[in-house]
Parts: sequence; C-alpha cells; structure tokens
Amino acid sequence: MSEVAIRPEAAVESDILLDVADLEVEFHTGNGVVRAVDGISMQLHRGEFLAVVGESGCGKSVTALSLMRLLPPKTARVRASHIMFDGLDLATLPEPEMRALRGRSMSMIFQEPMTSLNPVLTIGDQITEPLLAHLHMTREEADGRAVELMRMVGIPEPERRLTQYPHQFSGGMRQRVMIAIGLACEPKLIIADEPTTALDVTIQAQILELLKDISEKLGIAVILITHNLGVVAAYADRVNVMYAARIIERGTAEDIFARPAHPYTVGLMRSVPRLDKPRVERLATIEGMPPNLLAPPVGCRFRQRCPIAEERCQQTPPATQVEGGDADHTVSCWRTDEVQTNAATLYGVETAVEAAKAPHGNKVLLKVDGLKQYFKISLRQGLMTRHVDIRAVDDISFVVHEGETVGLVGESGCGKTSAGRAILHLSNPTGGAVEFDGRQLGKGNVAAVRRDMQVIFQDPFSSLNPRMKIGQILMEPLKVHGLRPDKASRIERASELLTQVGLYPYMADRYPHELSGGQRQRVGIARALALEPRMIICDEPVSALDVSVQAQIINLLEDLQREFGLAYVFIAHDLAVVRHISHRVIVMYLGKIMEVGEGDILYENPLHPYTKALLDAAPVPDPVVERDRQRIILEGDLPSPLNPPSGCVFSTRCPIAIADCRSIVPPLRAMAAGSNVACIRAGE
Amino acid sequence: MLRYTLNRILLMIPTLLGVAVLVFLVLRVIPGDIVEVKLSAEGNIFTEEQIRAERERLGLADPLPTQFFRYMGGLLRGDLGISLWTERPVLEEIGGRIGLTVELAILSTLLAVIIAFPLGTLAALFRGSWLDYVIRVITIGGLAVPSFWLGMLIILALLLTVGTLPPLGTTSIFADPAVNLSQMIWPALSVGYRYSAVVARMLRSSILEVLAEDYVRTARAKGLAEKVVIVKHGMRNALLPTVTVIGLEFAFLLGGLVVTEQVFNINGIGKMFVEAVVLNDLTMLQGLVLVVATAFVVVNLLVDLLYAALDPRIRYQA
Repeated sequence: MSEVAIRPEAAVESDILLDVADLEVEFHTGNGVVRAVDGISMQLHRGEFLAVVGESGCGKSVTALSLMRLLPPKTARVRASHIMFDGLDLATLPEPEMRALRGRSMSMIFQEPMTSLNPVLTIGDQITEPLLAHLHMTREEADGRAVELMRMVGIPEPERRLTQYPHQFSGGMRQRVMIAIGLACEPKLIIADEPTTALDVTIQAQILELLKDISEKLGIAVILITHNLGVVAAYADRVNVMYAARIIERGTAEDIFARPAHPYTVGLMRSVPRLDKPRVERLATIEGMPPNLLAPPVGCRFRQRCPIAEERCQQTPPATQVEGGDADHTVSCWRTDEVQTNAATLYGVETAVEAAKAPHGNKVLLKVDGLKQYFKISLRQGLMTRHVDIRAVDDISFVVHEGETVGLVGESGCGKTSAGRAILHLSNPTGGAVEFDGRQLGKGNVAAVRRDMQVIFQDPFSSLNPRMKIGQILMEPLKVHGLRPDKASRIERASELLTQVGLYPYMADRYPHELSGGQRQRVGIARALALEPRMIICDEPVSALDVSVQAQIINLLEDLQREFGLAYVFIAHDLAVVRHISHRVIVMYLGKIMEVGEGDILYENPLHPYTKALLDAAPVPDPVVERDRQRIILEGDLPSPLNPPSGCVFSTRCPIAIADCRSIVPPLRAMAAGSNVACIRAGE
Repeated sequence: MLRYTLNRILLMIPTLLGVAVLVFLVLRVIPGDIVEVKLSAEGNIFTEEQIRAERERLGLADPLPTQFFRYMGGLLRGDLGISLWTERPVLEEIGGRIGLTVELAILSTLLAVIIAFPLGTLAALFRGSWLDYVIRVITIGGLAVPSFWLGMLIILALLLTVGTLPPLGTTSIFADPAVNLSQMIWPALSVGYRYSAVVARMLRSSILEVLAEDYVRTARAKGLAEKVVIVKHGMRNALLPTVTVIGLEFAFLLGGLVVTEQVFNINGIGKMFVEAVVLNDLTMLQGLVLVVATAFVVVNLLVDLLYAALDPRIRYQA
C-alpha cells in the first residue's frame, strides 16, 4: 500500500514539505454553517518546528485534523486550492493513498493521553500497528522496533512494558507512547495538538524536550498546536498566530515576540504574566470575547475587540510584510504601523495604584495549624479488604493576613485543592486546627464562619446549577444566611453584584449555559461576593479559561481585593499567574509544604530543589530568554500517594538528594533570604 | 486471572446461602396448605386426623427450626428434598424438565445474537440513513410486541400458510435433533425477536459511543484501514456493555418463560413454576428458586469473566 503513494515527481525533493493554499473547512450544524477555517495558507519547511498559537475555537485543531484528513466526512467540508505535502496534493488524493500517508509520512499526537490509547489493547500492539500496516514488518521485527522506539522516548523496561495495557501507564508515559506511535515509521511531519495541556508542568517539559530532540535528530518537521506562549517561545522556529479561523500574523519566533505587529498578538502577550520578572504592570485585557463563527464580523475579525479599530477595518486586511523583521514576517492588519510604534500603550495606560499589588494588613485573618486531610481507600486483596490512608494534606501550617493573597502552587495530586476544601471544612479534616479571625472552626460555627470565607471553583461549567437562573444563584446565599429578608432587596443586591463583576443586571434572568466561560466565572465570583466575605479561597479560578479571558478575571479579582480588602488563598498550578497575583507563595508536593516565601523572593531565589525544578520546567514567553536557559528537568512521575517515599517525599525525584533525605523528614526552617524551606540541603 | 476467577467462585457461596435462607423464610409466610389440596384432589372426604397424619408424614408438622436445619442439611449434601406433591426428589423432577428451558434459552440467545449483531452494527455505521430508520422500526417493534402474542401470531401464520400447527409437545434433542429443532425454533423465534431488539439497540449505541472515542481517532491517524479501525478498535470495546445485556437476558430466560411455555405447550421450568405455585408445593418451589438463582449467579460469573477477558482494566483491579 505505502508504495502507491510515492509518485515519481515526488522524488525531486523541495525544501518545502507542506504548502497549503486557501484552506477552508466548514461544518454544517443545526444552527447553520460554521466556517472553522477560513482561507488559510501556510508553508512548512522540512525539519522545521512550527507553532500554531491561538485561543480555543480559533480553528487551530481543525486545521491540523484537516491536514490529516481526519475530520468526519459527513459534517465537515474541506476545500483548498492545494495542500501539497511532499509532492502530493492532499486536497485531491484518493482516500486509500491518503491512508497510506497517515501514520507513515505524517502522524499526529493528541491532547488527551488518557483517552487516546485503546484501553483493551496492549501498548506493544498499539505501537506496532503502523509498522505492520505500512512497513509490512513481521511480528518479531515490529516488536523489536517497538522496544527500540520505547527506549528512544524514554520508557523504562520496554520489553516488559510492551505487554502492558494503557491503564498501567501514567499520563506522561502514555504521551510518550503516543510519540513512539507517531515516530514508528519515521514520518516527515508530526502534528502535535496541545500534547501537554493535560499534563503537569514538569511532565510537560519532559515531553516537549523529547519531541524537540527527536525531531531535530531525525529531521522531522513538527507542527505544534498550543495556546501556551511560553511553549511557543521555548520550542518553535516559526509561529502562526490564529484568530477566529484566520492566520493574522506569522513569522519567526524571535520576530513575533520582539516585534508583534497585530494588536491581537500584542494583547495576547501582554495578557500573560511573566514567570521570570517581578510584576511591573497589571495584565492587559482584550475586552469581550472571540466572535461567533456562525456569523463572524465583516472585514477584520478582531475589530470589535481592537483598541485601535477604525473605518478601514471593515475591509479584510491583506497579509503584508512587516518592516524591520524577517522577509516572511507578515501581518493582516491595516494599522500595524500604529501597533508597532505604540505597542506599550495599546491597551490603555494604567495608574500606579493598579500596576502594583494591593497592600495588605498585618492582622492574621486565617491561621492553619498542622492541618491534615487523609482519605481512606479500600484495596481488595482476595476476600480481604485493606484500608489505606492517602495523605492528601499532611501537616501543613500557614497564616493569611487581612487583604493578603497567598498562592498555593504544586502539580496535580500535591494536595492543594484538598487543603482548600479542608480549610473551608467542606471535607472533614483528619487533624489540625483552622482559626479564622480568632475563632476556631468546629462543628458549631462552620456556617457562621463560611459567611466570611467563600470559595470560587475551577470549573465554571459544572459549578453552577444549570437549572437555576443567574439571579437565583446569586440570591440563594443571601436567603440562606438571612442577609436580605425581603425579595426586592435581594434582587437589588443581585444586580449590584453583577455590576461589580463586570456583568449586566439583565443577565440575572439568564441560565448558566447562555453565558461564556469567562462570564460564568464572573458569576462564580459574584456568588462568592454575595455574603460580603473577608476571604475567598480561589481554587484554580482561571485554569479553564483562555489567556485573554484569564487576564480579565485576574484583574477583576485584584480590583475587588483593592475595593473590599479581601484576602485570597489562590490555588493554581500556573506559576506565572501565582507570581503575578500573590503576596506570598506556598509550594506543595505530595501533601507537604516544600517552601513558603514572599512571592518575588521565592521566584528570584528558589531554595528548595522542587521549587527550582518547577520554575525551570515552566517556559517563559520570550524566545531570547528561553534559548539560553539552562534547565534541570525532573525525571520520573509523581510517586503514588498510596506509598509515599520515606523521609523527604521529594527525595525520589530530587537531583541533589543524599542518603539522609530518605530517612529524615525535613522540617520547614527559615532561611536568610526570607523563605522557609523544608529541605536539609537548602542553602548549601 | 485465575485468582480473580477463584475469588469470584468463592464469593458465590455466601450469595447462594443467602438466597436459600431467604426463599425458605418467604415461602413459610405465604398462606395455603398443600395437604388439604392433595387430600381433596383424591376426591375423598378427609378428617382433621388425616390432615394431621399427612402433615406429620411430610414433615410439615415439625417446628420451623427443625424444618430449616433439615432443609439446609440437605442442601449441603446436594439434596433439595422431596416434592410434596409427587413425592419424588425435587432435583430429579427439575432435572427432567430443565433441559427444554435451557435449550430454549440457548436457542433464543443464538437467534438474538445472529439477528442483533448485523442490525446493531449497520444501524451504527449508517447512522441517520434510511437503513438506520428501517432497523429502528424493526427493533422498536421487537420491544413493543409481547413475545407470547408474537408466539400466537406465529402459530396462526403457520396454520394459514403451511396448514399445520407446529407439533405440540416435545421430542428430546438427543433423540431426534431435526424434529426437536423444528419444534423449538418457533418459540425461540418469538422470544429471540424481543431479545435481539434489546441487544441491537444496545450495540448500536455502544458502537456509536466507541467510534467517537479518542483512541478510534488515534487508530485512524495511524493509517489503518477503516475495517480494522471498526473491528479491532471499535467492536471489542463496544462489546463490553452488550455482553452484559446478553448475559442478563440469558439468565432471565433460564428462569423459564411462564407464558411462552404455556403458548407452545413446552414442559419447561416456566410451566413447572406455575404448577408448583398453584399446588402450594413448597419444597418444589424452594428447589426451583434455588436452581434458577444458581443459574443466574453462574451466568453472571461467566459474563464477568468474559468481561475481564475483554477488558484488561478489570483483571488488574481485583
């Protein structure tokens, strides 16, 4: 089969591997036609690393799937002048020949490693499939090659793991398997669609380094689809920026980051906080949200959100070359000159008050002392059942002052969410004490204290009752706590709350599904504010949102803090966001606190090896910084919480662990720099 | 896998013991007395004295605990006691009639699977097309039509077309397979139609669900032929819920089909249940319930083992 695809004219190798002209993809839905990709043209050189960046719904994944011709033929209509891939026009190639290319010359790695592998087939079976189908290897040859591939992508004990099933692999390991499958036939192109979005930051670094290394070694071109500008800066040679189904700017990574020429690109970059620099300004926010592709605006798609839009923008701007950059740095904007001269003030000039974090008081509001949260789980062993404690939160202590933001960071499974829930007594803490404003939380007064201590959840989609109107959602706590006994005043208060979080009073009559993700998160905030709390526990409040919306929510939280003197416990895995918003930061790992310190001190001078590793793993949205960065990448996965390591819980992955680390549980101790660190080797 | 199987077999013992105790107690609560029925059936006038003597003889006069321990003791030796009506061993009575019911259940299941797999698969692969709609009509018909009524229609149709009734009564499959099949195929069809509808609809929805999974997209991205994608990556996963449905239905059929056996005059477990209830034959009912419960538990075990064979995630959990 695979021989069919290679035609004589393809033998003449051009430097250009992929040349797409006027690609359009339409979906026919019940509500009308959605043009998810609207006239995209792009080129990719052999061995090049191209990033396609944009927010959700901008058409980046659909572009990738249409290149592989993996879109469902019944609902998706793909048109293009041509899609030349290695001498073949994919736009007209018959399906059998296309199939011979898939997995052979071009392969794809998907976002969700947990669901992208077939649960009932062995890993070996899944890796060897393309080898058997395309290269006609024998079973033995294929198994041998699979072992080789698994070794190449860093899966330990490949011979043994060949016969295992996906559920016996961690998320990071599964993504390695996906990469092995993608590499199996040594393709010319790998398309990776958000390959690390579902993974923790230390695992993300492992996977992306692997992808970059292997593609360089084997000369494979990569299209990396991502929303993460840090990842783009760290790995991409060239960048395509997409907005509302079109490419609005493209160029080398250096050019795009040094001389962004489109107002959207500028906004995107200014709306993500920096991990490597202290805060100098408030985040820029692009107002509104991307247009509905069922009825996109005429002309420039960005003009309704653009701070410098004018009359001309009602016509679609052509792609023009950007002055001062590389020849292939192009932008589709009428006003790009203005963008380049005034990039700093494009999104408004802020006041000095706004630029700095809100100052906080010195009175202790929340005191957490030796908090423990264990979960009992039952393991069946034959007819016997063994009960094991999972120490989700294991003896943590900290304080939060009035009006202060304390960031709680760590990878998934580190116990940060469990800590938040235990503080609120949403779960029954196993041990320790929580004191709020001098009152110890116990059975009797949880309800009373909860008035002062509210919570915002991660998922704005599932944390609002879909059968209640926004107004009802906001009025419910007022009624439960007897704050506004009569209905009229409750309605009034609901309107007031909606206005405070940047929504409109008429939205009280809407249902949650009628709002966007960002708007829903605003409702979540309004609900938390309803009882006029003094502290809010924010559990990953922005991780489900796109970066431009994320910036809006962060700024809103800061404004509310300034206005009402709120204290926040800000739980997140995004280190840059935490640095931006927090006064102090707590780093957790496997239920324990590794390091606590003033934000900037901790980020500038991380003393715990885990903090260092976390900061190293997170890429910075600046290619100049990224290219020279020396990083220590943690190896391995998080140990099972069922069987945590003895001594220091981090010792199994720690690059500087010594024999003592396996036996001594390190206490938190104050260091000269100002942070408290739980590491016996810190400061050496 | 072996450990898992042994575990599951061991776990059957307490389940069945529980059933035995429950059946014993429930049947003692139900009013009615076989002795009077039995004596009056012989057409004689009987006295209190005779009733008492008969009760003594059948062991019904003993205090409940005594009866219970006799019954449980018998169970442990594999003895289900004596039928109060025929006064022959219950196990023998059931053994003589369970064959037909098992045959009917197996035959119906085979028919159902033969009908359901192509229907369900085609409906899923051609979702939204005319074929899907035709299949939907067929399967909804199967769910809506009661099988005993379908049985009567079949008998009627045979009368009108061939002019003969299917031979009533039954020949053993071991004595003459051809005659036996020509008799059993009709009741099996009337049961199997509904059964196939249930399975086909389940299969359709699980195939659709599986084909939308990420790993099916991965399989396509590998450049596998569509046939391989559907059969290797789709079907095996789609089978999981379908196997459960087939197993439950099969176990249900082993309990006997009271009405269908009546319509086709099959001397199976279903008819036996009715007789035992009418006659108040307590030991017989006990035996029947226990046998059916055992069949149910065994079939469930087989389904779970099949499940474990199909889905590696279950093997390792245990």
